[in-house]
Amino acid sequence: MHMSFLGRPGAARSAAGTVVLTAAALVLAACGSTSSGTGAAASPSASPTAATTTGAAAAEPVTVADTWVKSADSGMTAMFGIIKNTGSADVTVVSATSDAADMLELHEVVMVDGAMKMQPKKGGFTVPAGGTHELKPGGDHVMFMGLKNPVKAGDPVTVVLTLSDGSEVTVNSVGKDFTGANESYQPTPSMSGSMSSGM
Amino acid sequence: MSGPSRRQLLTTAGVAAGGAAATGLGLVAVRAARTDGAAPATATTPAAGATDGTSGGTSGGTAAADAARALRVEPFHGPHQNGVATPAPEHATFVALDLRRDTGRAEVARLMRLLSDDAAYLTQGRAALADTEPWLAARPAGLTVTFGWGPRLFDLAGLAAQRPAALADLPAFRGEKLEDRWSGGDLLLQVCADEPTTVSHAVRMLTKDARRFATVRWVQNGFKTPASAGTPRNLLGQVDGTVNPKDAELDAAVWHEGAPDWFAGGTVLVLRRISLTLETWDAFDPAGKELVLGRRLDTGAPLTGTDESDLADLDAVDEQGFPVIDDTAHIRLAKARTPAEVMLRRGFNFDAGPGADGSADVGLLFAAYQRDPRTAFVPVQRRLAATDAMNRWVSHVGSAVFALPPGCAEGGFVGEGLLA
Repeated sequence: MHMSFLGRPGAARSAAGTVVLTAAALVLAACGSTSSGTGAAASPSASPTAATTTGAAAAEPVTVADTWVKSADSGMTAMFGIIKNTGSADVTVVSATSDAADMLELHEVVMVDGAMKMQPKKGGFTVPAGGTHELKPGGDHVMFMGLKNPVKAGDPVTVVLTLSDGSEVTVNSVGKDFTGANESYQPTPSMSGSMSSGM
Repeated sequence: MSGPSRRQLLTTAGVAAGGAAATGLGLVAVRAARTDGAAPATATTPAAGATDGTSGGTSGGTAAADAARALRVEPFHGPHQNGVATPAPEHATFVALDLRRDTGRAEVARLMRLLSDDAAYLTQGRAALADTEPWLAARPAGLTVTFGWGPRLFDLAGLAAQRPAALADLPAFRGEKLEDRWSGGDLLLQVCADEPTTVSHAVRMLTKDARRFATVRWVQNGFKTPASAGTPRNLLGQVDGTVNPKDAELDAAVWHEGAPDWFAGGTVLVLRRISLTLETWDAFDPAGKELVLGRRLDTGAPLTGTDESDLADLDAVDEQGFPVIDDTAHIRLAKARTPAEVMLRRGFNFDAGPGADGSADVGLLFAAYQRDPRTAFVPVQRRLAATDAMNRWVSHVGSAVFALPPGCAEGGFVGEGLLA
């Protein structure tokens, strides 16, 4: 196995050397157009955001709306939401960090051998100028690995996204209970052998 | 619900002045003037400032009217929760939850944040976070979601000292036959909309978020005729749209001034499940039905008047000197006798389906909102329980009392004034 997070608290190693992701459920269902996880609701005309851009490129108005993190006791989980770019140039999210977990990765879900697998997304998430990029169960998402503490339903979760120009976007998300279909984790693109996300 | 004639009536006939603000198993004094399929309105709660509670009707049957009805949005945020002063839509589900034993203050806060979040989105026609059926959120149909706290929630949260005195257990009333399966509860979810699919989806979303913290104690479903059809009737056939306080009178009757402070802008709900005995009601003669009520069955007019909007003249006597509206007539006893007795009533019919022998199991989900049941529901119900002529056909089988915290602003959650 290649992934450094294997064996971290919460990652249960199976006899076959795979890791059961007790926390990650990636469901093939649209999460829809929902709103920020901090309780902000919103009139239809004023979509809330739960993120602010800081750092070098304040000219990049990137926000993340409708964001939530699947509740999990340990191990892995994922954050979803809608990244919005109201600027005039494309932006790319290249990495993410959070105090809640040892490591975060930007993931995609792909079909491998007839099954949905998640794997790191090369190049990160590119959000077109004036457009959005949706993170949803069954699709792109921010993967948490090595949770330091349980993410409980209703708990605030803060994530910092780093853009390709080095600027940062702080996302205020929230834990939500969620059950659904499962994809397996594909630690490296184009490799067989996977970890089942056993929610 | 809010036709001009009613507004006029209530403006000109305050309770203390002997107005027709009947309480109890309410009777309607006024027909809502609006019977058209009025322009789709974003009905707004008093909390949001506007007061035109127009309900997009469907009497026109046009696609536009249907769309207006389906897309009608009620505001969620404001100083008061929605679903109280909001004109009642056609469908309601009341869900009582019991908090799990290990649910303390922090857990209740997390729960209320989640539930408020769900409500904030769904009421606006938007899918909730993690909503697996987002398409079902697309027709809000006037959805309101209202939260109430039962007495035990304060104990579990370690906040007994902050429990409003108005959230007192009700005394026993003569004749009531209360069943546990319709009574009590720690947390109330009141979900109302014009479309039952909307209500179902909202209840599903809310209970998915609540079940980690609580179990379902009871569920009660109710319905009423559309506001566009005029004053609704209960399942005894009585015109029963309930004369209700409006505007300043509503504010005074319903919204708590704050004791304790966090409860300012809140209210207390008494929810009674009232079973109606249709079999013997059917056997009763029509004239008798009107006497026990004090109103005519066909028009809803008081026996002293000719129009539904006429005020009942409780002092009127017939040629023999007997009161036209009998001493035991429902409307005489149910009428608020002091401003403190005024309640906002928002009832729904229920129908649990006929039994094997064909006998009906129907009634009224009587929801009354007030500052303090000890001075409103309790004295009125004592009066009714003692001598109301309707008691032969009316039986209270469920009872619950909840403190409804004030509303919240965007970014906040219901109950944060106490829990945050």
